[in-house]
Amino acid sequence: MMLRYILLIAAFIGLMAVFSMGLQRDPGELPSTYLDKQAPRVDLPALKNPEERLDNARLRGQQSLVNVWATWCVGCREEHPFLMALAARDVIPIYGINWRDQRDDALRWLDQYGDPYVISGFDGDGRTGIDWGVYGAPETFLIDADGTVLHKHLGPLTDAIWQRDFVPLLAGGAAAP
Amino acid sequence: MKKFVAIANLLLLSVPAAAIDTDKAFEDPELQARYEHIIEEVRCLKCQNQSIRDSNAFLAADLRREIRRMLDDGMTDAEIYDFLVERYGEFALYRPRASGKTLILWLAPGLLLLAGLVTLVMVLRRRMAMPIDSDGS
Repeated sequence: MMLRYILLIAAFIGLMAVFSMGLQRDPGELPSTYLDKQAPRVDLPALKNPEERLDNARLRGQQSLVNVWATWCVGCREEHPFLMALAARDVIPIYGINWRDQRDDALRWLDQYGDPYVISGFDGDGRTGIDWGVYGAPETFLIDADGTVLHKHLGPLTDAIWQRDFVPLLAGGAAAP
Repeated sequence: MKKFVAIANLLLLSVPAAAIDTDKAFEDPELQARYEHIIEEVRCLKCQNQSIRDSNAFLAADLRREIRRMLDDGMTDAEIYDFLVERYGEFALYRPRASGKTLILWLAPGLLLLAGLVTLVMVLRRRMAMPIDSDGS
């Protein structure tokens, strides 16, 4: 009889544990379907010089970041200083996908706040965004030298997140800055 | 009275709330029916408790546009769902397909029901085996 009560209480505690774990997860955050797969296709005219293109060839040869941003996106404004700092450290090339934006607004933004991107592709109609499974800017993908997606982060990037989620995956390992 | 007439006039003049999807209907009613069915089955990833039919988030509008394009291109419903799952995962579908990762979602209700029935039968059997209390309390 005693055993039955102990089992009941154990089951209750177990259930509470599952619930409290569930509460701490953000249901809005979905893992990228491309993790450990080749990055989706991208072939966009550059924001600044439309003659240039952001394509998959650029994302090979060394690790790179692909940052999906827009001028209407509050989180992008928030993470911008971090991207600038990261670009200044010259750790990894950062490519931008300017998602569903107006070209003039985007150019003005880069003028005003600085341009951390090697090149930003202009995805005005958002089709490349869909191909990448983007559903909320900012999103940041870490792409390996062979073009596979190592990690995706949803939301503004900060130094803490960078250190925790990205640095261990860098080619130099945790030793990299 | 004047006020009443004015209000009545305003009500008569008001346009019914416009549907969110304001795009032109397909000329082929069959395509239109498929389109309407699909957009009800696809979750808006940005506003997760709405289908892309009910959402005016721009991502939902973009996805509706892509689905239109795919229907125009003659893709089957299955191919369209594949397109979405490849990009956003099974979560994008309100009814995830029974496969690998989502199998437990489909099986769990049945298994739980079965477990409940088994427990019930066991408890009842044990009760039946118990001697009936003679003083009736």
